[in-house]
Amino acid sequence: MDLTLHVWRQKGPKDKGKLATYKATDISPDMSFLEMMDVVNEGLIKQGIEPVAFDHDCREGICGTCSQVINGDPHGPQAKTTVCQLHMRQFKDGDEIYIEPWRSRAFPVIRDLVVDRSAMDRLIQAGGYVSVSTGGVPDANAILIPKDDAETAMDAAECIGCGACVAACPNGSAMLFVASKVGQLAKLPQGRAEAARRVCTMTDAMIEEGFGNCSNHYDCEAACPKGISVKFIAQLNREYIMALPKGYKEKE
Amino acid sequence: MILDGKCPTGPLADKWDNHRQALKLVNPANKRKFKIIVVGTGLAGASAAATLGELGYRVEAFCYQDSPRRAHSIAAQGGINAAKNYPNDGDSIYRLFYDTIKGGDFRAREANVYRLAQISNAIIDQCVAQGVPFARDYAGYLENRSFGGAQVSRTFFARGQTGQQLLLGAYQSLSRQIAAESVKIFPRTEMLDLVLVDGQAKGITVRDLTTGEIRCHAADAVILATGGYVNVFNLSTNAMGCSVTAAWRAHKKGAFFANPCYTQIHPTCIPVSGDHQSKLTLMSESLRNDGRIWVPKKAGDSRLPQNIPENERDYYLERKYPSFGNLAPRDIASRAAKEVCDAGYGIGPGGRGVYLDFGDSIVRLGEDAIRARYGNLFEMYERITDENAYQQPMRIYPAPHYSMGGLWVDYNLQSNIEGLFVLGEANFSDHGANRLGASALMQGLADGYFVIPYTIADYLARTTPGMVSDSHEAFRQSREQVAQQTDRLLSINGRKTASEFHRELGHIMWEQVGMARSASSLSEALKRIPELREEFWLNVRIPGSAQQLNQELEKAGRIADFLEFGELLARDALNREESCGGHFRIEHQTPDGEALRNDADFAHVAAWQYKGADQTPELHKEPLSFENIELAVRSYK
Ligand SMILES: Cc1cc2nc3c(=O)[nH]c(=O)nc-3n(C[C@H](O)[C@H](O)[C@H](O)COP(=O)(O)OP(=O)(O)OC[C@H]3O[C@@H](n4cnc5c(N)ncnc54)[C@H](O)[C@@H]3O)c2cc1C
Ligand code: SF4
Ligand code: FES
Repeated sequence: MDLTLHVWRQKGPKDKGKLATYKATDISPDMSFLEMMDVVNEGLIKQGIEPVAFDHDCREGICGTCSQVINGDPHGPQAKTTVCQLHMRQFKDGDEIYIEPWRSRAFPVIRDLVVDRSAMDRLIQAGGYVSVSTGGVPDANAILIPKDDAETAMDAAECIGCGACVAACPNGSAMLFVASKVGQLAKLPQGRAEAARRVCTMTDAMIEEGFGNCSNHYDCEAACPKGISVKFIAQLNREYIMALPKGYKEKE
Repeated sequence: MILDGKCPTGPLADKWDNHRQALKLVNPANKRKFKIIVVGTGLAGASAAATLGELGYRVEAFCYQDSPRRAHSIAAQGGINAAKNYPNDGDSIYRLFYDTIKGGDFRAREANVYRLAQISNAIIDQCVAQGVPFARDYAGYLENRSFGGAQVSRTFFARGQTGQQLLLGAYQSLSRQIAAESVKIFPRTEMLDLVLVDGQAKGITVRDLTTGEIRCHAADAVILATGGYVNVFNLSTNAMGCSVTAAWRAHKKGAFFANPCYTQIHPTCIPVSGDHQSKLTLMSESLRNDGRIWVPKKAGDSRLPQNIPENERDYYLERKYPSFGNLAPRDIASRAAKEVCDAGYGIGPGGRGVYLDFGDSIVRLGEDAIRARYGNLFEMYERITDENAYQQPMRIYPAPHYSMGGLWVDYNLQSNIEGLFVLGEANFSDHGANRLGASALMQGLADGYFVIPYTIADYLARTTPGMVSDSHEAFRQSREQVAQQTDRLLSINGRKTASEFHRELGHIMWEQVGMARSASSLSEALKRIPELREEFWLNVRIPGSAQQLNQELEKAGRIADFLEFGELLARDALNREESCGGHFRIEHQTPDGEALRNDADFAHVAAWQYKGADQTPELHKEPLSFENIELAVRSYK
């Protein structure tokens, strides 16, 4: 099939950027979206045009590197699917496709479709861990974890840290991302001890990094390639309210 | 030169304990004076960097991705082994050790493998303490599954995302150290050279992938945990950015490369769908627990699988290997698939595929049970192929997956260059000629959490901290050399893209150096790789400049290294006149087509020394002695 692409081109963080139009011809429905981009890029190189820069690595939907807004949707039209797992059979001959980077105050554009998501790493650094050092821990079966709790923790832990939730949110909130980590660790006895402190420090960091507030649009859940549920946001809010009287905010 | 792995003497079970007692320690107050560079933030690198940071060293950690959490360890699906024996099915440290040695076709060091098995249990404890949500039963205890090459259930898993959960555990520990400022993180930074001062590893030269800046980092020791090299085949289950670059550049600075010909071709991957293919997707080996592998008994049978009656199907693994059946080790299962396809029984596009059928398990256990076990894999399969594997069998075919070879290290994980340590898939140490499923995650974390913190101290304790800074002449030279190579790549301005060269190299490697190798195919590869390399340096086209994010430039640099490394791999394969594990020489097989080892001449590690561009590398041998296990024919029948 033949397609027309309108792709965001931006030379650097300070450049204004604009859409450029390229043809993608002879595209097989069995190609992934990124393989289609590879074909277009090889064509550009041959014409002496710099290829479109885009982030990607595993190409199997797990590393969270790929990040493109396709026709207005982060990760494109297919539910629960990253760009790298999106296949061209989701499109039809003659389609026009708009391809843009994640857009959010907290994610400055580096070049073309590549953005800086290091703010998400700093959210984890603010408390998204269990404060355990290597060695000296009890046997893995010493603390039993009910299957349902382990499963719920795993549901939350599936987050791949891609940032689509932020890109989808009208406020640019990272609430779903933070809630998935808070939710996972709060559900497990190993993480429970620090739950109150964690929810406070991570929420504070979210504000500092320039992420917006959550006003319950739920666009995040719709965009999330791992189907992380907004119920974890509700849980985060509960954890936060419970934690406030403990005074972690003042102490930090 | 005869290489010495420096394995401790004494009884097998006491070696590691005794060795640890003998290792020097760095006093807590002095740790802050030492700076350690860790290149790579996969399981091996992240666990090492976090642990060394906790101990008080100053650590600088590097990765090429935009976040340390994205290292390719994230993609591991199936699970991680440990000798806990929770299911009470006869497992033990010794059995895990024995299975790993046998699985590796008796080409690994006994002492290393025994240590790995000993440490395995502590890894599971550590991960649970970090909040890794492993699968549990209703009583709240950890669950186990079985995996290829083992007759016990010793594999721990977190749905089909075990690597992701283990890596996030390590990444979170690393993040805690970054917050504590004991570790400094440099994402989107690629190591392009190792810097030696007086023969010791004292730093690295990197390119900042965002700005293009080339800069040096000096340290008291360097750890490489930069993953595997099977992207030399172009199409593999590795991520697009996985490369041999860090290891190769260290090799060019003198580090020996061991057993490069030991590559693992994984039996259960989604077959190639066309020329546009950019990577191959693994379908976890755990599927072989409930899926049965077959092809039609009639060559070229074009009926739909559901229309082929039971008695017209050849369940060839069950037929050939009755005791392990569909759980035969990877090398054996892959070769068997290639054989049936070569003989014309293959299915799907180009006859390059075999069926992995869940029909019987669905009847026996119900679709829901299968969904609970493998739902995410079935979804992934459907997204890629548009086929529903609950209704029709999956189509699978082998693909390059893992590199058992890597930089040579001794028992302390130190390379032949003092101060250079190599962990995880990047070293050659524990898997011999073939790796068993669920043991790479175990090795990466063993190296990072529990081995390197002890062994690196022993090295550091013998040195004076902060001896060199990046103003040393060696750093200036390295920086210049890296900048020159970058400029040279950009100035060629030829007519072919870097990816075209990668595809051509991949084609040579897969056809001539893939699953079945012969003296003639390897000689052919040794002729064609240098030709292709020469053409690359005359005809590659890389747009853009060096002072920007330039993904074509990054790619070309990695392919340039593969074009050199591929030759070494082929040379090692030609040199090893035997078949063992993942290395199959068609000249060396039993009458019924099984691998035929040559213990008299090849029970050694082949470690290659770089001798300069276009020079023949020099071979050094480390003899392998088996004091506890008797060398035997590796049978899974
Ligand atoms: C699809 C798949 C499934 C797998 N499933 C399993 C399984 O179920 N069980 C199992 O035990 N094993 C499995 N494996 C194998 C296992 O995942 C890997 O062997 C292991 O994770 C490698 O870890 P590592 O830390 O050595 O390297 P990686 O995780 O690959 O990390 C390499 C790191 O090095 C960095 N790096 C590389 N080069 C440079 C450079 N030049 N400069 C800077 N940084 C660099 C990268 O950025 C990255 O951070 C699987 C592998 C694959 C591909
Ligand atoms: S919550 Fe979903 S969308 Fe947000 S970072 Fe995680 S995986 Fe991506
Ligand atoms: S490239 Fe890894 S999730 Fe898309």
